[in-house]
Amino acid sequence: MERIEDKHGVKRYLIQITVNGDDRTLLVKANMLLVNVLRDRLDLTGTKKGCELGNCGSCSALLDGKPVNSCLVLAVEADGHEITTIEGVAQSDELDRLQDSFVENAAIQCGYCTPGMILSAKALLTRNPHPTEHEVRQAIAGNLCRCTGYVNIVKAVLAAANRPENEIRGVA
Amino acid sequence: MYVPDFDYYVPDTLDEACGLLASLGSDAKVLAGGTDVLSKMKNELIAPKALVSLKNIKGIEGITYVPGKGVVIGTRATHNDLVNSDLLQKRYPSISNAAHSLANNQIRNRGTVGGNLVNALPSADLPPILIALDAHVTLVGRYGNRIIPLEEFFVGPSRSAIEPDEILTEIVIPDQATTGSSYFKFGLRRSGALAVVGVAAAVVATGTHVDRARIVLGAVGPVPMRAKKAEQLLEGNVATEAALEEAGRAAAAECRPISDIRGSEEYRRDMVRVFTKRALRKALHLERTPELAKTEGGNGDGTH
Repeated sequence: MERIEDKHGVKRYLIQITVNGDDRTLLVKANMLLVNVLRDRLDLTGTKKGCELGNCGSCSALLDGKPVNSCLVLAVEADGHEITTIEGVAQSDELDRLQDSFVENAAIQCGYCTPGMILSAKALLTRNPHPTEHEVRQAIAGNLCRCTGYVNIVKAVLAAANRPENEIRGVA
Repeated sequence: MYVPDFDYYVPDTLDEACGLLASLGSDAKVLAGGTDVLSKMKNELIAPKALVSLKNIKGIEGITYVPGKGVVIGTRATHNDLVNSDLLQKRYPSISNAAHSLANNQIRNRGTVGGNLVNALPSADLPPILIALDAHVTLVGRYGNRIIPLEEFFVGPSRSAIEPDEILTEIVIPDQATTGSSYFKFGLRRSGALAVVGVAAAVVATGTHVDRARIVLGAVGPVPMRAKKAEQLLEGNVATEAALEEAGRAAAAECRPISDIRGSEEYRRDMVRVFTKRALRKALHLERTPELAKTEGGNGDGTH
């Protein structure tokens, strides 16, 4: 990771990250947080900022496939890693089955927690395609929904898990 | 929230990292997972002038078995590495359970074992079970290594025996005869809650005859503490219900809890009594009484 010092003595680092499959090279200060790189530098504003202290999960992103709070990760520490945000879940204009399931089960109220919820659920289904309700609740325990919509969120994740893998949207 | 400016260092070796820490002095902090350091910096509780990242240092992240030494946990292993380790699941599932009871999935994916220990919170979930299993830690400094029992590592709330130019590199759980071990946590929520009371037990027993007992209490004193009187009451005796109750009462008497927002001193003592019994019962593989089975699914040993 190259360090570049400007004429005022401010140090910046050249980081290389892969975001939603695209390789990105960015010049950041050491105190730049990953959440700010995603939102302000890459315009990926689906990643939200809530508590900013790792309690609410609205800034969740997948770092090498695992959910992390992007508000507690320095961009320089993510150098060389792969990041998935909510924008990387759908494939072109085709929603992921989890996203479909959230829509079908009315698992969205204000929507602020939804990107984080979907990423936590996505990581769960990748490692455990048929979780129990208890496992779903544990996987999203770090994502707070203050509309108290947990019942439908859990229902949506379980419904997505139980759908046949090859089901095409719109076909019963 | 803003992380104040700092100088960032990414050494490739431990030697280099210790050299940096020595030359930067107390203005520097070690950065591992960052879940603690960065939230403290945002809250303006600490303002280090420099952060020394461990991210490029190899060989301090695995969980391995080293014959003749024991189970070695690298400092940079995350909490979820402990949860998912086949080695720990097989040998010391109580450590995986304790790690699982901590914070939430996002934090467990990022926060490290070394950070949890060096942070030295009295309510931390890993120290009680690691102390109960006689773990020791290796501290690497510029002039050599120190190996100290984890029991002696904690010296006060948020204070440990580590020197500013030292790095905790590994936690070793030595080979031991063990019948079973357990960690029971009582928190105000099932996730994302600090322990109000945490009790770890590790026992060696012949049937129900207890040969050796380790009972370690968290969140009820300035540092994680062994309940030595309770241990003595059990060792050499049969673990009857009455003996477990007696041990629970002894542990409740010898702990030193404070009253705070999470629980009063009186309440914590009574929970120490209850959770000491539960931890011992589980470590000894004793059947739960019907009364206890009813409470299963509430706060427990982190398996829920």
